[in-house]
Amino acid sequence: MRKTIGTVLGAVGVSALLSTTALADDIRLGALATLEGPFAQSGLDGLRGVELALEKYNYTVAGKKITLVKESSNAKPDVAVAKTRKLIEQDKADIVVGPLSGGEGIAVKEYAKSVPDKTFVNGTSGAQDTTLRDPAPNFYRFTLDGAQWQAGLGSYAYQNKGYRNIAVIGEDYSFPYAQVMGFQAEYCTLGGKIAQKNWVPVGTKDFTSVIAKLPDNVDAVYVLLGGADAVNFLTQYYQSGGTAPLIGSSVTVDQTVLSSKGPFRQKVVGMLAAGPVADSNEDPKWVEFVNAYKKKFPDGLQSPSLFAHGYYVSTLAVLQALEQVKGDLSNDQKTFQAALAKTEVTTNSPTGPIKLDQNRQAIADNFVTEVAQKPDGTYYSQIVKVAKAVDQTLGMDRAKFLSLGPASRDNPPCN
Amino acid sequence: MRFYILLSLNALTVASLYFLVASGFSLIFGLLRTVNMAHGAFYLLGAYVGYDIASYSGSWVLGLVGAAVAVAAVGLAMHQLLLRTLGNDELRQALVTIGFAIVVGDLLLAHYGGITYQFTPPDALYGTTPMPVVKGYPTIRIVVIASALIIGLGLWLLIHKTRLGMLIRAGVDDRDILSAMGFNVQRVLLLVFALGAGLAGLAGVIGGSALSISPGEDARFLLSSLVVVIVGGMGSLAGAALGALLIGFAEQFGLAFIPNYATLLTFLLMIAVLAVRPQGLFGRG
Amino acid sequence: MPPRFLVRHPYLLLVLAGVLFPLVGSEFWVGTVAARALIIGTMALSLTFLTSTAGLVSFAQAGVAGVAGYTLALLSPNVTGVGVEVAWPLAVGAALLMGTLAGVLVGWVSVRSSGIYLLMITLAMSVSLFYLVSQNTEVFNGFDGINGLKAPVVWGIDLRAPLPFYGMALTAAVLSAAAVLYLDRTPFGSQLHALRNAPRRVSALGFNAVALRIVAFGVAGFIASVGGVLNTWFSGQMSPGAVDVHAAVNLLVVAVLGGIRHPLGAFLGAITFVLLENYAASVIDRERFNLVIGVVFIVIVLFAKDGLSGLINQLRVHLNPAWTGGRRAKTRRKAA
Repeated sequence: MRKTIGTVLGAVGVSALLSTTALADDIRLGALATLEGPFAQSGLDGLRGVELALEKYNYTVAGKKITLVKESSNAKPDVAVAKTRKLIEQDKADIVVGPLSGGEGIAVKEYAKSVPDKTFVNGTSGAQDTTLRDPAPNFYRFTLDGAQWQAGLGSYAYQNKGYRNIAVIGEDYSFPYAQVMGFQAEYCTLGGKIAQKNWVPVGTKDFTSVIAKLPDNVDAVYVLLGGADAVNFLTQYYQSGGTAPLIGSSVTVDQTVLSSKGPFRQKVVGMLAAGPVADSNEDPKWVEFVNAYKKKFPDGLQSPSLFAHGYYVSTLAVLQALEQVKGDLSNDQKTFQAALAKTEVTTNSPTGPIKLDQNRQAIADNFVTEVAQKPDGTYYSQIVKVAKAVDQTLGMDRAKFLSLGPASRDNPPCN
Repeated sequence: MRFYILLSLNALTVASLYFLVASGFSLIFGLLRTVNMAHGAFYLLGAYVGYDIASYSGSWVLGLVGAAVAVAAVGLAMHQLLLRTLGNDELRQALVTIGFAIVVGDLLLAHYGGITYQFTPPDALYGTTPMPVVKGYPTIRIVVIASALIIGLGLWLLIHKTRLGMLIRAGVDDRDILSAMGFNVQRVLLLVFALGAGLAGLAGVIGGSALSISPGEDARFLLSSLVVVIVGGMGSLAGAALGALLIGFAEQFGLAFIPNYATLLTFLLMIAVLAVRPQGLFGRG
Repeated sequence: MPPRFLVRHPYLLLVLAGVLFPLVGSEFWVGTVAARALIIGTMALSLTFLTSTAGLVSFAQAGVAGVAGYTLALLSPNVTGVGVEVAWPLAVGAALLMGTLAGVLVGWVSVRSSGIYLLMITLAMSVSLFYLVSQNTEVFNGFDGINGLKAPVVWGIDLRAPLPFYGMALTAAVLSAAAVLYLDRTPFGSQLHALRNAPRRVSALGFNAVALRIVAFGVAGFIASVGGVLNTWFSGQMSPGAVDVHAAVNLLVVAVLGGIRHPLGAFLGAITFVLLENYAASVIDRERFNLVIGVVFIVIVLFAKDGLSGLINQLRVHLNPAWTGGRRAKTRRKAA
């Protein structure tokens, strides 16, 4: 009997621990990024963006205090959902900014449908179907998707560089497929040809056998690899005597790769790529953003990455909409959500105006860049062209774009 | 023709790297019966430590030697602190090394972060070596193949031509008798463990120069070592060499012709070998 | 219920605690933390069953659960557009069947291996599955996996809502655990014990050792599949991450933490694991969860041979030697 009483007392004690404390009338903002595993640096940079945005508003909107709750995933969709659940159910977040990577985005979007009275704003995840097909009414994306991130690249490669026949090498999953789709929308329409597409399994480290397969007569090789894989590929390509110029995706020569340590970097100067940020952007708002970033995070990257940027503009959008509704989250957040859907980030955006389409997907500028080296030896991306107001259907009619079907290894074809 | 020769050279390079890592793993298992699940962590540790030494001193060779010595020391510490207390309980030994690998992997991630590192090998090793038919092949990859040959030969000489090697071979056959005959078996065990761990550290520098260093490489090289020695036979040097060759060729030819199932192919190869010959091709039953 | 009855059957106390938990825990604790612990526990139970009764250590249980998870995902409505949609009871049945078959296959392929060799061959099979599902896009949608899976709504009850889902996870866990404890006392259980202690004599006595092992793996496969089905509903998607080497290691960590030689250690390990996962942050930096779990794991392996359940048993014997549970623990140790 004594034991039973003990158990009951114990349970009560535990329950006291488990029940969440009463919350003041403030707004709780959850931030979900990848702080574990190989993407840890990217996730860290994303959270820097969230903090910078909140700091801009002094953590207050319309007299209400904004409390930031951070949570970490590991780039796996199931963990992203579990952590989002924790933010909503345990930490009582009203709004969640995140996640970071594609698979996570789709999973969180699906979860969002089950809690319509909460609002979800994407971090940097770039899968098309997060907003393109079967979107969640309470999921917003103020960043571009994988295909949009290649806008401008295909036409620049065709028109300015004169590439007519290229080979593609990319990792075998949806993000590179989508990026190729974005590239092809311009390049193939103009009449460019793709001689060969090589899809290598995720996790491949030695690309030399694939490099040996590349045709000799191509004008350029379009590389869709990121992080360590990009470093390995670039090294092996030049060591194998590769001479055709390279075109990069939005992650092939971004700051995380350009900040890596190794001799491969001497070779990438002049390499073409495209993405939502460019280090050399002269827009005063970008310069202001970079300076604020460097001041607050002296141990951060040389220049804010697309992750810091994505989380920054997403948080800004949330704050702007909150300000508009005076921090009113009542009525199951319906007023706030309607305001958010109409929110345009213009005066605050470091990378040109951002607005949403009917699926709550961003329409924004994208940058075509070339890698250059500063006198102090560091590497950066230099703008060669800006694609203005890129929409999710890449300028096509929505129905026609949807009829192309999801991007895959061979879809859409290049003709 | 050129394509097939290149493929074979690539397969040889990969096989060499696998052999360098797996030989230490196999050596440790052969004598100590320990499945060192931290072997991949040793590889990664060696790569990072070697990188620090090389970039601080400016000498790639010093990095190579330093990594081997440092990892051998860590291996010894792990053996003395964690493994020895568990006696002959092989399963718990394997488990404790898993724990050690998790800890080391996380500490390395905390210290070096998620970015990619790559060695700057001496200029003489970075370029391309002219060759007939294929025109040229990356020098660093020829170095990988050469070091595997040298290390393999060195290990063979050590095991078959020296007194220590005699003790090792005797220890593999019957540790208790060797001990009863008055030899200091404990010292031999320690030496072998240090040697095996040091080889992993050395391989880390070589692999980090030919490929690159990033989090996750530990699990990758642990898995490849496991596959290599399971196919070849645990504890057999020749087995590790054969296993490495088989896996290297399966992987590279697979990548070129059936890229979607290349890695699966190597694992199926392993399951097939195990199902038919559980002790591996060169293993003793 | 008379307390004496509860003392005689201490496991009922655990069940009771599980049933009462929703009264004290918040929705998050019930539907997310506790449910997840029960699911992981059920999967780990398939491993502790193999180890405690038959002395077999398998790295493949996460993979086997994954086979069930993928089967369910392919037979359920999903937003990825792969597979065929069938009625959910049929999908669940097929998932359990495929998972059990996968377990049998693991047992059959590895039938000649034991000890650390068994650990490695099962690891290899698990990794093979990972590469198969992550590199095949036609059926399994590769690296991206299958998304948008929902637990069914039965008689107006959404099974994925916190309370119903917890109830389902608890029922599955209790039934699986009861089955394992029951099996342990049947002739089949005794034969498995014999297989663990003296495999040769089992054959000499005329039992078919090979068949015994394969059946044991099949039973373990079924239990893992139950966990796999629930896990797929839990996370609403299925991707290669669920069957990668980290998933395999995590399951082993859970089993060893709880005590791999007692079937119920699985749940103890799972609770510890999930709590650590959620609260490692307050002990040490949020990013260093793996460091904490690694150190805890090493300490358990070094100092607590039978994990947390072993520690509890020792404590019980120490406090109350006359207790029935205590005597059983003693005999168990003698047998081991």
